Amino acid sequence: MAKSVEDLPYIPLMSESSAVNKTGVWRVIKPIVNQEECNQCYICWKFCPDVAIHIDEEGSILIDYDHCKGCGICEAVCPKKCIEMVKEE
Amino acid sequence: MPMDVMTGNSAQAYGAKLARAEVVAAYPITPQTTVVEKLADLVASGEMKAQFIKVESEHSAMAACIAASATGARAYTATAAHGLALMHEMLIWAAGSRLPIVMGNINRAMAPPWSVWADYQDSIAERDTGWMQFYCQSSQEVLDTVIQAYKVAENHDVLIPAMVMEDAFYLSHTFEPVDVPPQKDVDDFLPPYDPPVKLDVDNPVGLCALVPPDHYMEFRFKIAKAMEDSRKVIQEVDEEWEKKFGRSHGGLVERYRMEDADAAIIAAGTMSSTARVAIDNMRDKGKKVGLARLRVFRPFPYEEIRQIAKEVDSIGVLDRSYTFGHGGAFYTETAGALYQAPERPHVKNYVIGIGGRDIPPKDIEGILEKVLTKEDGGEVEWWGLRTSGSREVN
Repeated sequence: MAKSVEDLPYIPLMSESSAVNKTGVWRVIKPIVNQEECNQCYICWKFCPDVAIHIDEEGSILIDYDHCKGCGICEAVCPKKCIEMVKEE
Repeated sequence: MPMDVMTGNSAQAYGAKLARAEVVAAYPITPQTTVVEKLADLVASGEMKAQFIKVESEHSAMAACIAASATGARAYTATAAHGLALMHEMLIWAAGSRLPIVMGNINRAMAPPWSVWADYQDSIAERDTGWMQFYCQSSQEVLDTVIQAYKVAENHDVLIPAMVMEDAFYLSHTFEPVDVPPQKDVDDFLPPYDPPVKLDVDNPVGLCALVPPDHYMEFRFKIAKAMEDSRKVIQEVDEEWEKKFGRSHGGLVERYRMEDADAAIIAAGTMSSTARVAIDNMRDKGKKVGLARLRVFRPFPYEEIRQIAKEVDSIGVLDRSYTFGHGGAFYTETAGALYQAPERPHVKNYVIGIGGRDIPPKDIEGILEKVLTKEDGGEVEWWGLRTSGSREVN
């Protein structure tokens, strides 16, 4: 809803961090982790430029699809070749 | 009153110190270097309590000032010419973020041809960045204006950054007597910066994120309005300064011998001091001439200029820079302001002192003679241009 000049603050302000924006919707290809093959080396976690790879309580890799842009770096760095980029439906 | 003797550049540094600037981020460039050297000395000796950030470029200097100011710190930097040009992107960012940064700019000609001397093209080229622009004529005015500029910029009706200009060498490296006011008096005049919003780890907030076409126009309008509202604040702050410290710098436009004047020149910076001598000489001969000194170029003092147009028949506008394509900026802005005025006197542009060319009183007297007689010869004249036909080619 567009606001009037009187109702807008003097600069654009966001009360929350930009993590509230679900930027993952831009993605055209998505990473799928083969959890059977993954040995939990966490190289993908280290390389993900968007901090969109998390580690769950069991130590497994968890992709945050709300923020993953599908860049494919995780697939490229995975030494076990257990991440595959697949086309978004 | 005991006076110190200092250069315009020392006056910049002491202005920043007295204003209690908390972050100084600067990169040295002739003729600004001694501003940074003085500030580095003041911080290193503990006389000035500030973070001095050494940076790798002017672009980074302004980026550091933007970040510092966004956390609520009072930030200061200084530059000149190509340094200012390198900052261009960040200047727009600072103004758009509504951060009251104050910056000294030592007006220097842009290369090529390579030059380090006085010329306003550097700051005129940054006219549209959303910064206020003050042009000073003395070291005293430099010191006073740095402090005044913080007070204007930090006013919640304004919240836009300000540049404080001085002419390369004519002011930056020339020693003049300067009254350095006591810190306590400056503290009374300039309270600590109270930002409406600031970056704070305990209260996270995102500043100046992407805005769609729905709202971008409204945010730009707010900058335009703040710049309009700054006129009144600049005037009031200069008046308050006069009450407290006993000297005014004229608000937006300083008038000299304008009473009963038939003709006036509009000028800025150190050439205004020379113009006063020229005007005194002319007045001694019974010629009714006066000076309107542009102290502030952004916001442009169109109301003051229209008032002058009511009082005189002829105006000469002296520009120490040129906007390739049509006239000097002081001239085109003056002419633009006068189009809406009920009285429109004869107006002509004199391009003078380019690249630090000396402007002796006799040159200004020569211009004043022409302004008085409304001698034509075109809309724009490059005064003192060496041509094969000129008398003094050497």
